Amino acid sequence: MQRVNQTLRQLPVWVVYLLGALPAPWLFYQGLTGGLGVDPIEALEHRYGELALQLLIAVLAISPLRRFIGVNLLKFRRALGVLTFAYVSLHLLVWLVLDVQVPSQIWADIVKRPYITVGMVAFVLMIPLVVTSNNLSVRKLGSRWRNLQRLVFPAAILGGLHYVMLAKGFQVEPLIYLSLIIGLLLLRVPFPRLLTRLRRADSA
Amino acid sequence: GVGLAHLAQGASAQEALEPNAWEEITSYNNYYEFGTGKDDPVRYAHALTTEPWSVRIDGLVDNPGDYDFKDIMSEMTVEERIYRFRCVEAWSMVIPWNGFELADLLNMAGVQEGAKYVAFETALVPDEMPGVRYPVLDWPYREGLRLDEAMHPLTMIATGIYGRPIPNQNGAPLRLVVPWKYGFKSIKSIVRITVTDVEPPTSWNMANPREYGFYSNVNPNVDHPRWSQASERKIGGGLFAKRVPTLMFNGYEKEVAGLYEGMDLTKFY
Repeated sequence: MQRVNQTLRQLPVWVVYLLGALPAPWLFYQGLTGGLGVDPIEALEHRYGELALQLLIAVLAISPLRRFIGVNLLKFRRALGVLTFAYVSLHLLVWLVLDVQVPSQIWADIVKRPYITVGMVAFVLMIPLVVTSNNLSVRKLGSRWRNLQRLVFPAAILGGLHYVMLAKGFQVEPLIYLSLIIGLLLLRVPFPRLLTRLRRADSA
Repeated sequence: GVGLAHLAQGASAQEALEPNAWEEITSYNNYYEFGTGKDDPVRYAHALTTEPWSVRIDGLVDNPGDYDFKDIMSEMTVEERIYRFRCVEAWSMVIPWNGFELADLLNMAGVQEGAKYVAFETALVPDEMPGVRYPVLDWPYREGLRLDEAMHPLTMIATGIYGRPIPNQNGAPLRLVVPWKYGFKSIKSIVRITVTDVEPPTSWNMANPREYGFYSNVNPNVDHPRWSQASERKIGGGLFAKRVPTLMFNGYEKEVAGLYEGMDLTKFY
Protein backbone atom coordinates (compact mmCIF):
# COMPACT_ATOMS: atom_id res chain seq x y z
CA MET A 1 0.00 0.00 0.00
CA GLN A 2 2.93 2.25 0.77
CA ARG A 3 4.18 1.92 -2.78
CA VAL A 4 0.73 2.85 -4.11
CA ASN A 5 0.69 5.92 -1.92
CA GLN A 6 4.21 6.87 -3.00
CA THR A 7 3.23 6.70 -6.66
CA LEU A 8 0.10 8.72 -5.98
CA ARG A 9 2.12 11.37 -4.20
CA GLN A 10 4.17 11.89 -7.35
CA LEU A 11 1.06 12.51 -9.45
CA PRO A 12 0.50 16.28 -9.68
CA VAL A 13 -3.00 17.56 -8.89
CA TRP A 14 -3.21 19.44 -12.19
CA VAL A 15 -3.31 16.09 -13.97
CA VAL A 16 -6.57 15.29 -12.17
CA TYR A 17 -7.97 18.73 -13.07
CA LEU A 18 -7.00 18.25 -16.70
CA LEU A 19 -8.31 14.69 -17.06
CA GLY A 20 -11.48 15.62 -15.20
CA ALA A 21 -12.12 18.69 -17.34
CA LEU A 22 -11.56 17.03 -20.72
CA PRO A 23 -14.95 15.26 -21.02
CA ALA A 24 -16.80 18.61 -20.83
CA PRO A 25 -15.67 20.11 -24.17
CA TRP A 26 -15.37 16.64 -25.72
CA LEU A 27 -19.03 15.80 -25.00
CA PHE A 28 -20.13 19.23 -26.22
CA TYR A 29 -18.24 18.70 -29.46
CA GLN A 30 -19.81 15.25 -29.79
CA GLY A 31 -23.23 16.81 -29.30
CA LEU A 32 -22.55 19.33 -32.05
CA THR A 33 -21.32 16.76 -34.52
CA GLY A 34 -23.85 13.98 -34.02
CA GLY A 35 -21.77 11.76 -31.73
CA LEU A 36 -24.46 11.86 -29.02
CA GLY A 37 -27.25 10.57 -31.22
CA VAL A 38 -30.32 12.29 -32.60
CA ASP A 39 -31.35 14.03 -29.35
CA PRO A 40 -28.05 15.63 -28.27
CA ILE A 41 -29.71 18.00 -25.78
CA GLU A 42 -31.06 15.23 -23.59
CA ALA A 43 -27.88 13.18 -24.04
CA LEU A 44 -25.56 16.06 -23.05
CA GLU A 45 -27.74 16.97 -20.07
CA HIS A 46 -27.69 13.37 -18.83
CA ARG A 47 -23.99 12.77 -19.48
CA TYR A 48 -22.95 15.91 -17.54
CA GLY A 49 -25.29 14.93 -14.72
CA GLU A 50 -23.95 11.38 -14.55
CA LEU A 51 -20.35 12.62 -14.55
CA ALA A 52 -21.18 14.95 -11.66
CA LEU A 53 -22.59 12.02 -9.67
CA GLN A 54 -19.60 9.82 -10.49
CA LEU A 55 -17.17 12.53 -9.35
CA LEU A 56 -19.24 13.06 -6.21
CA ILE A 57 -19.00 9.36 -5.41
CA ALA A 58 -15.22 9.57 -5.93
CA VAL A 59 -15.05 12.48 -3.47
CA LEU A 60 -17.06 10.55 -0.89
CA ALA A 61 -14.89 7.45 -1.35
CA ILE A 62 -11.63 9.18 -0.46
CA SER A 63 -11.88 9.15 3.30
CA PRO A 64 -13.19 5.54 3.61
CA LEU A 65 -10.45 4.42 1.19
CA ARG A 66 -7.84 5.84 3.50
CA ARG A 67 -9.42 4.56 6.69
CA PHE A 68 -10.26 1.02 5.60
CA ILE A 69 -7.74 0.24 2.86
CA GLY A 70 -4.95 2.70 3.51
CA VAL A 71 -4.95 4.35 0.08
CA ASN A 72 -4.34 8.04 0.48
CA LEU A 73 -6.05 10.22 -2.13
CA LEU A 74 -6.68 13.21 0.13
CA LYS A 75 -4.47 15.35 -2.05
CA PHE A 76 -6.95 15.06 -4.93
CA ARG A 77 -10.15 15.62 -2.99
CA ARG A 78 -10.40 19.34 -3.64
CA ALA A 79 -9.83 18.87 -7.36
CA LEU A 80 -12.54 16.20 -7.54
CA GLY A 81 -14.91 18.37 -5.52
CA VAL A 82 -14.40 21.41 -7.73
CA LEU A 83 -14.85 19.24 -10.83
CA THR A 84 -18.09 17.85 -9.37
CA PHE A 85 -19.43 21.37 -8.99
CA ALA A 86 -18.32 22.25 -12.52
CA TYR A 87 -20.27 19.32 -14.00
CA VAL A 88 -23.33 20.06 -11.86
CA SER A 89 -23.20 23.63 -13.22
CA LEU A 90 -22.85 22.42 -16.82
CA HIS A 91 -25.74 20.00 -16.30
CA LEU A 92 -27.85 22.88 -14.97
CA LEU A 93 -26.79 25.19 -17.81
CA VAL A 94 -27.73 22.66 -20.49
CA TRP A 95 -31.10 22.22 -18.79
CA LEU A 96 -31.70 25.99 -18.61
CA VAL A 97 -30.38 27.15 -21.95
CA LEU A 98 -30.74 24.20 -24.33
CA ASP A 99 -33.57 22.14 -22.81
CA VAL A 100 -36.22 24.30 -21.08
CA GLN A 101 -35.34 27.51 -22.98
CA VAL A 102 -38.35 29.46 -21.67
CA PRO A 103 -37.19 31.58 -18.68
CA SER A 104 -40.69 31.83 -17.18
CA GLN A 105 -40.98 28.08 -17.16
CA ILE A 106 -37.69 27.57 -15.37
CA TRP A 107 -38.89 29.01 -12.07
CA ALA A 108 -42.23 27.22 -12.41
CA ASP A 109 -40.37 23.94 -12.90
CA ILE A 110 -38.13 24.52 -9.89
CA VAL A 111 -41.13 25.15 -7.63
CA LYS A 112 -43.60 22.68 -9.12
CA ARG A 113 -41.51 19.63 -10.00
CA PRO A 114 -40.13 17.85 -6.94
CA TYR A 115 -37.19 16.20 -8.72
CA ILE A 116 -36.06 19.59 -9.98
CA THR A 117 -36.56 21.17 -6.56
CA VAL A 118 -34.41 18.43 -5.04
CA GLY A 119 -31.70 18.89 -7.69
CA MET A 120 -31.69 22.67 -7.21
CA VAL A 121 -31.37 22.35 -3.42
CA ALA A 122 -28.38 20.04 -3.93
CA PHE A 123 -26.81 22.62 -6.26
CA VAL A 124 -27.39 25.48 -3.80
CA LEU A 125 -25.88 23.42 -0.95
CA MET A 126 -22.75 22.99 -3.03
CA ILE A 127 -22.19 26.71 -3.61
CA PRO A 128 -20.66 27.46 -0.16
CA LEU A 129 -18.47 24.38 -0.61
CA VAL A 130 -16.93 25.57 -3.83
CA VAL A 131 -16.66 29.17 -2.61
CA THR A 132 -14.60 28.01 0.39
CA SER A 133 -12.52 25.50 -1.55
CA ASN A 134 -9.33 27.57 -1.22
CA ASN A 135 -6.51 27.69 1.32
CA LEU A 136 -7.45 31.15 2.54
CA SER A 137 -10.95 29.98 3.54
CA VAL A 138 -9.52 26.90 5.24
CA ARG A 139 -7.25 29.11 7.35
CA LYS A 140 -9.84 31.78 8.08
CA LEU A 141 -12.70 29.43 8.96
CA GLY A 142 -10.62 27.03 11.03
CA SER A 143 -12.72 24.24 12.52
CA ARG A 144 -15.86 25.78 11.05
CA TRP A 145 -14.52 24.92 7.58
CA ARG A 146 -14.77 21.19 8.34
CA ASN A 147 -18.33 21.59 9.57
CA LEU A 148 -19.28 23.65 6.54
CA GLN A 149 -17.82 21.08 4.14
CA ARG A 150 -20.17 18.48 5.68
CA LEU A 151 -22.88 20.07 3.52
CA VAL A 152 -21.61 17.66 0.88
CA PHE A 153 -23.45 14.85 2.70
CA PRO A 154 -27.00 16.22 2.27
CA ALA A 155 -26.05 17.51 -1.19
CA ALA A 156 -24.92 14.02 -2.22
CA ILE A 157 -28.10 12.34 -0.96
CA LEU A 158 -30.26 14.91 -2.74
CA GLY A 159 -28.21 14.50 -5.93
CA GLY A 160 -28.71 10.73 -5.89
CA LEU A 161 -32.39 11.17 -5.07
CA HIS A 162 -32.79 13.63 -7.98
CA TYR A 163 -31.65 10.88 -10.36
CA VAL A 164 -33.91 8.24 -8.80
CA MET A 165 -36.92 10.58 -8.96
CA LEU A 166 -36.59 11.40 -12.63
CA ALA A 167 -36.49 7.79 -13.80
CA LYS A 168 -39.55 6.41 -15.57
CA GLY A 169 -40.65 3.10 -14.10
CA PHE A 170 -38.46 1.03 -11.76
CA GLN A 171 -34.89 1.52 -13.00
CA VAL A 172 -31.77 -0.04 -11.52
CA GLU A 173 -29.01 2.42 -12.47
CA PRO A 174 -30.20 5.42 -10.46
CA LEU A 175 -30.71 3.14 -7.45
CA ILE A 176 -27.10 1.94 -7.74
CA TYR A 177 -25.88 5.55 -7.60
CA LEU A 178 -28.05 6.36 -4.58
CA SER A 179 -27.01 3.16 -2.76
CA LEU A 180 -23.34 3.91 -3.36
CA ILE A 181 -23.79 7.40 -1.95
CA ILE A 182 -25.71 6.20 1.10
CA GLY A 183 -23.23 3.35 1.61
CA LEU A 184 -20.25 5.71 1.54
CA LEU A 185 -21.96 7.99 4.04
CA LEU A 186 -22.81 5.06 6.36
CA LEU A 187 -19.11 4.10 6.42
CA ARG A 188 -18.53 7.40 8.22
CA VAL A 189 -20.93 6.69 11.07
CA PRO A 190 -18.79 5.72 14.09
CA PHE A 191 -20.87 2.65 14.98
CA PRO A 192 -18.48 1.12 17.59
CA ARG A 193 -18.23 4.42 19.44
CA LEU A 194 -22.00 4.81 19.34
CA LEU A 195 -22.39 1.29 20.74
CA THR A 196 -20.03 1.89 23.66
CA ARG A 197 -21.78 5.13 24.43
CA LEU A 198 -25.15 3.39 24.39
CA ARG A 199 -23.86 0.59 26.61
CA ARG A 200 -22.42 3.04 29.05
CA ALA A 201 -25.71 4.91 29.17
CA ASP A 202 -27.44 1.56 29.82
CA SER A 203 -25.27 0.55 32.77
CA ALA A 204 -25.36 4.02 34.31
CA GLY B 1 -59.88 2.70 -45.81
CA VAL B 2 -60.95 5.49 -48.19
CA GLY B 3 -62.40 7.78 -45.53
CA LEU B 4 -59.31 7.33 -43.43
CA ALA B 5 -56.75 8.35 -45.97
CA HIS B 6 -58.83 11.43 -46.49
CA LEU B 7 -58.87 12.22 -42.77
CA ALA B 8 -55.16 11.73 -42.42
CA GLN B 9 -54.61 14.09 -45.28
CA GLY B 10 -56.86 16.63 -43.62
CA ALA B 11 -54.68 16.55 -40.54
CA SER B 12 -51.46 16.89 -42.43
CA ALA B 13 -52.81 19.66 -44.61
CA GLN B 14 -52.61 22.13 -41.69
CA GLU B 15 -48.89 22.02 -42.11
CA ALA B 16 -46.77 20.09 -44.54
CA LEU B 17 -45.24 17.38 -42.38
CA GLU B 18 -41.58 16.80 -43.05
CA PRO B 19 -40.78 13.24 -41.97
CA ASN B 20 -37.75 12.56 -39.80
CA ALA B 21 -34.86 10.66 -41.31
CA TRP B 22 -34.87 6.84 -41.23
CA GLU B 23 -31.78 7.00 -39.05
CA GLU B 24 -33.53 9.20 -36.47
CA ILE B 25 -36.71 7.10 -36.38
CA THR B 26 -34.83 3.84 -35.99
CA SER B 27 -32.03 4.80 -33.57
CA TYR B 28 -33.92 6.69 -30.86
CA ASN B 29 -36.55 4.43 -29.33
CA ASN B 30 -38.31 3.63 -26.11
CA TYR B 31 -38.76 -0.14 -26.00
CA TYR B 32 -38.02 -1.05 -22.39
CA GLU B 33 -38.05 -4.81 -23.08
CA PHE B 34 -34.61 -4.18 -24.58
CA GLY B 35 -33.39 -1.69 -21.97
CA THR B 36 -34.29 1.79 -20.78
CA GLY B 37 -31.64 3.65 -22.81
CA LYS B 38 -32.76 5.27 -26.06
CA ASP B 39 -30.09 3.31 -27.97
CA ASP B 40 -30.74 -0.03 -26.26
CA PRO B 41 -33.52 -1.08 -28.69
CA VAL B 42 -31.38 -0.51 -31.80
CA ARG B 43 -28.56 -2.45 -30.15
CA TYR B 44 -30.50 -5.43 -28.83
CA ALA B 45 -33.83 -5.74 -30.66
CA HIS B 46 -32.33 -7.62 -33.61
CA ALA B 47 -32.39 -10.72 -31.37
CA LEU B 48 -36.19 -10.82 -31.42
CA THR B 49 -37.58 -13.58 -33.63
CA THR B 50 -40.37 -12.05 -35.69
CA GLU B 51 -40.87 -14.91 -38.10
CA PRO B 52 -43.10 -16.82 -37.71
CA TRP B 53 -45.41 -14.48 -35.80
CA SER B 54 -49.00 -14.88 -34.85
CA VAL B 55 -51.50 -12.68 -33.10
CA ARG B 56 -54.15 -14.14 -30.85
CA ILE B 57 -57.40 -12.27 -31.28
CA ASP B 58 -59.93 -13.20 -28.63
CA GLY B 59 -62.66 -11.94 -26.32
CA LEU B 60 -65.88 -10.56 -27.75
CA VAL B 61 -65.20 -11.46 -31.39
CA ASP B 62 -66.99 -13.76 -33.83
CA ASN B 63 -63.80 -15.40 -35.09
CA PRO B 64 -61.37 -15.79 -32.20
CA GLY B 65 -58.09 -17.55 -32.83
CA ASP B 66 -54.41 -17.31 -33.62
CA TYR B 67 -53.90 -15.32 -36.77
CA ASP B 68 -50.65 -15.79 -38.64
CA PHE B 69 -49.00 -12.46 -39.49
CA LYS B 70 -48.71 -13.45 -43.16
CA ASP B 71 -52.41 -14.32 -43.31
CA ILE B 72 -53.31 -10.96 -41.78
CA MET B 73 -51.14 -9.15 -44.32
CA SER B 74 -52.78 -10.98 -47.21
CA GLU B 75 -56.16 -9.68 -46.08
CA MET B 76 -55.18 -6.05 -45.40
CA THR B 77 -54.56 -3.14 -47.72
CA VAL B 78 -51.33 -1.40 -46.79
CA GLU B 79 -51.13 2.37 -47.25
CA GLU B 80 -48.76 5.12 -46.15
CA ARG B 81 -49.71 7.55 -43.38
CA ILE B 82 -47.44 10.41 -42.37
CA TYR B 83 -48.22 11.11 -38.70
CA ARG B 84 -46.83 13.26 -35.94
CA PHE B 85 -45.47 11.17 -33.07
CA ARG B 86 -45.37 12.83 -29.64
CA CYS B 87 -43.66 11.06 -26.76
CA VAL B 88 -44.86 11.65 -23.20
CA GLU B 89 -41.24 12.70 -22.50
CA ALA B 90 -41.87 15.88 -24.55
CA TRP B 91 -39.97 15.06 -27.74
CA SER B 92 -41.53 14.45 -31.12
CA MET B 93 -40.95 13.12 -34.61
CA VAL B 94 -42.83 12.82 -37.88
CA ILE B 95 -43.00 9.24 -39.12
CA PRO B 96 -44.11 7.88 -42.51
CA TRP B 97 -45.79 4.66 -41.44
CA ASN B 98 -47.03 1.88 -43.69
CA GLY B 99 -49.90 -0.19 -42.45
CA PHE B 100 -53.64 -0.64 -42.29
CA GLU B 101 -56.50 0.57 -40.17
CA LEU B 102 -57.01 -1.29 -36.93
CA ALA B 103 -60.74 -1.19 -37.71
CA ASP B 104 -60.15 -3.42 -40.74
CA LEU B 105 -58.44 -6.03 -38.58
CA LEU B 106 -61.12 -5.86 -35.88
CA ASN B 107 -63.83 -6.18 -38.51
CA MET B 108 -62.08 -9.25 -39.88
CA ALA B 109 -62.37 -10.82 -36.42
CA GLY B 110 -65.93 -9.55 -36.08
CA VAL B 111 -66.56 -7.32 -33.06
CA GLN B 112 -69.54 -8.52 -31.07
CA GLU B 113 -72.38 -6.62 -29.48
CA GLY B 114 -71.50 -5.31 -26.02
CA ALA B 115 -67.80 -4.76 -26.76
CA LYS B 116 -66.46 -1.53 -25.27
CA TYR B 117 -62.67 -1.78 -25.15
CA VAL B 118 -59.74 -3.36 -26.93
CA ALA B 119 -56.73 -4.66 -24.99
CA PHE B 120 -53.27 -5.26 -26.52
CA GLU B 121 -50.25 -7.20 -25.35
CA THR B 122 -46.59 -7.10 -26.44
CA ALA B 123 -44.53 -10.27 -26.87
CA LEU B 124 -42.62 -11.36 -23.77
CA VAL B 125 -39.55 -13.36 -24.77
CA PRO B 126 -37.04 -13.25 -21.88
CA ASP B 127 -34.35 -15.08 -23.90
CA GLU B 128 -34.44 -12.38 -26.54
CA MET B 129 -35.31 -9.35 -24.42
CA PRO B 130 -32.52 -8.36 -21.99
CA GLY B 131 -34.62 -5.57 -20.47
CA VAL B 132 -37.28 -7.82 -18.96
CA ARG B 133 -34.79 -9.17 -16.43
CA TYR B 134 -35.59 -6.00 -14.47
CA PRO B 135 -39.03 -5.15 -13.11
CA VAL B 136 -39.05 -1.74 -14.82
CA LEU B 137 -42.70 -2.47 -15.60
CA ASP B 138 -45.01 -5.37 -14.82
CA TRP B 139 -44.32 -7.43 -17.96
CA PRO B 140 -45.75 -8.16 -20.48
CA TYR B 141 -46.39 -4.64 -21.72
CA ARG B 142 -50.10 -3.97 -22.02
CA GLU B 143 -52.14 -1.22 -23.59
CA GLY B 144 -55.77 -0.51 -24.30
CA LEU B 145 -58.19 1.69 -26.19
CA ARG B 146 -61.85 2.42 -25.96
CA LEU B 147 -63.64 0.67 -28.86
CA ASP B 148 -64.50 3.95 -30.60
CA GLU B 149 -60.85 5.02 -30.39
CA ALA B 150 -59.77 1.66 -31.76
CA MET B 151 -62.25 1.89 -34.65
CA HIS B 152 -61.31 5.49 -35.47
CA PRO B 153 -59.97 5.84 -39.01
CA LEU B 154 -56.74 7.47 -37.81
CA THR B 155 -55.88 4.47 -35.63
CA MET B 156 -53.63 2.09 -37.51
CA ILE B 157 -51.51 -1.00 -37.25
CA ALA B 158 -48.09 -0.20 -38.68
CA THR B 159 -46.01 -2.85 -40.40
CA GLY B 160 -43.53 -0.61 -42.19
CA ILE B 161 -41.67 2.71 -42.23
CA TYR B 162 -40.56 4.47 -45.42
CA GLY B 163 -41.91 1.52 -47.39
CA ARG B 164 -39.56 -0.93 -45.68
CA PRO B 165 -40.57 -3.60 -43.16
CA ILE B 166 -40.74 -2.04 -39.72
CA PRO B 167 -37.44 -2.61 -37.84
CA ASN B 168 -37.51 -4.64 -34.63
CA GLN B 169 -36.67 -1.62 -32.48
CA ASN B 170 -39.79 0.13 -33.79
CA GLY B 171 -42.07 -2.79 -32.94
CA ALA B 172 -41.81 -5.44 -35.65
CA PRO B 173 -43.66 -7.10 -37.12
CA LEU B 174 -46.78 -5.12 -36.23
CA ARG B 175 -47.54 -2.31 -33.81
CA LEU B 176 -50.32 0.07 -32.94
CA VAL B 177 -50.16 3.75 -33.96
CA VAL B 178 -52.58 6.19 -32.33
CA PRO B 179 -51.28 9.58 -33.46
CA TRP B 180 -53.27 11.77 -31.04
CA LYS B 181 -52.05 9.93 -27.95
CA TYR B 182 -48.65 9.87 -26.25
CA GLY B 183 -46.32 7.39 -27.89
CA PHE B 184 -46.45 4.76 -25.15
CA LYS B 185 -50.07 4.02 -26.09
CA SER B 186 -48.84 2.83 -29.49
CA ILE B 187 -47.87 -0.63 -28.26
CA LYS B 188 -45.18 -2.57 -30.15
CA SER B 189 -44.76 -6.17 -31.35
CA ILE B 190 -48.35 -7.18 -30.64
CA VAL B 191 -49.10 -10.84 -29.86
CA ARG B 192 -52.60 -10.48 -28.48
CA ILE B 193 -55.67 -8.36 -29.09
CA THR B 194 -58.62 -8.88 -26.77
CA VAL B 195 -61.98 -7.25 -27.33
CA THR B 196 -63.68 -6.74 -23.98
CA ASP B 197 -66.44 -4.92 -22.13
CA VAL B 198 -64.28 -3.62 -19.25
CA GLU B 199 -61.47 -1.06 -19.28
CA PRO B 200 -58.29 -3.16 -19.52
CA PRO B 201 -55.27 -2.58 -17.25
CA THR B 202 -52.46 -0.72 -19.05
CA SER B 203 -48.76 -0.91 -18.14
CA TRP B 204 -47.81 2.69 -17.42
CA ASN B 205 -51.10 3.35 -15.67
CA MET B 206 -50.44 0.31 -13.44
CA ALA B 207 -46.92 1.55 -12.72
CA ASN B 208 -47.92 5.12 -11.87
CA PRO B 209 -51.60 6.04 -12.17
CA ARG B 210 -50.97 9.64 -11.12
CA GLU B 211 -48.61 10.22 -14.04
CA TYR B 212 -50.12 8.08 -16.79
CA GLY B 213 -53.86 7.89 -17.37
CA PHE B 214 -55.76 5.36 -19.44
CA TYR B 215 -56.49 7.94 -22.13
CA SER B 216 -53.12 9.71 -22.34
CA ASN B 217 -54.25 12.00 -25.12
CA VAL B 218 -51.65 14.57 -26.13
CA ASN B 219 -52.75 17.68 -24.25
CA PRO B 220 -50.58 20.79 -23.83
CA ASN B 221 -52.85 22.01 -21.02
CA VAL B 222 -52.42 19.00 -18.73
CA ASP B 223 -48.86 18.67 -17.49
CA HIS B 224 -47.14 15.47 -16.55
CA PRO B 225 -46.56 15.82 -12.77
CA ARG B 226 -42.81 15.94 -13.40
CA TRP B 227 -42.62 18.11 -16.51
CA SER B 228 -44.59 20.47 -18.69
CA GLN B 229 -46.40 19.14 -21.75
CA ALA B 230 -46.93 22.63 -23.23
CA SER B 231 -44.03 22.32 -25.66
CA GLU B 232 -41.89 19.68 -27.28
CA ARG B 233 -38.46 19.20 -28.80
CA LYS B 234 -38.53 18.05 -32.40
CA ILE B 235 -35.92 15.37 -32.91
CA GLY B 236 -33.47 16.27 -35.64
CA GLY B 237 -32.85 19.91 -34.71
CA GLY B 238 -29.47 19.26 -33.16
CA LEU B 239 -27.98 20.79 -30.05
CA PHE B 240 -29.73 24.14 -30.47
CA ALA B 241 -33.19 22.88 -31.46
CA LYS B 242 -35.92 25.34 -30.49
CA ARG B 243 -38.89 24.02 -28.57
CA VAL B 244 -42.21 24.21 -30.40
CA PRO B 245 -45.69 24.42 -28.86
CA THR B 246 -47.48 21.09 -28.47
CA LEU B 247 -50.81 20.91 -30.30
CA MET B 248 -54.06 19.73 -28.72
CA PHE B 249 -54.55 16.04 -29.57
CA ASN B 250 -51.16 16.34 -31.28
CA GLY B 251 -52.71 18.32 -34.12
CA TYR B 252 -55.58 15.88 -34.76
CA GLU B 253 -58.15 17.83 -32.77
CA LYS B 254 -60.55 18.24 -35.69
CA GLU B 255 -60.66 14.50 -36.25
CA VAL B 256 -60.82 13.18 -32.69
CA ALA B 257 -62.09 15.87 -30.29
CA GLY B 258 -65.62 14.51 -30.79
CA LEU B 259 -64.61 11.24 -29.11
CA TYR B 260 -64.19 13.07 -25.82
CA GLU B 261 -67.13 15.48 -25.89
CA GLY B 262 -68.33 16.28 -22.41
CA MET B 263 -65.36 14.62 -20.72
CA ASP B 264 -63.18 16.52 -18.28
CA LEU B 265 -59.78 15.99 -19.84
CA THR B 266 -57.94 17.07 -16.70
CA LYS B 267 -59.65 14.17 -14.89
CA PHE B 268 -59.50 11.66 -17.76
CA TYR B 269 -55.89 12.38 -18.71
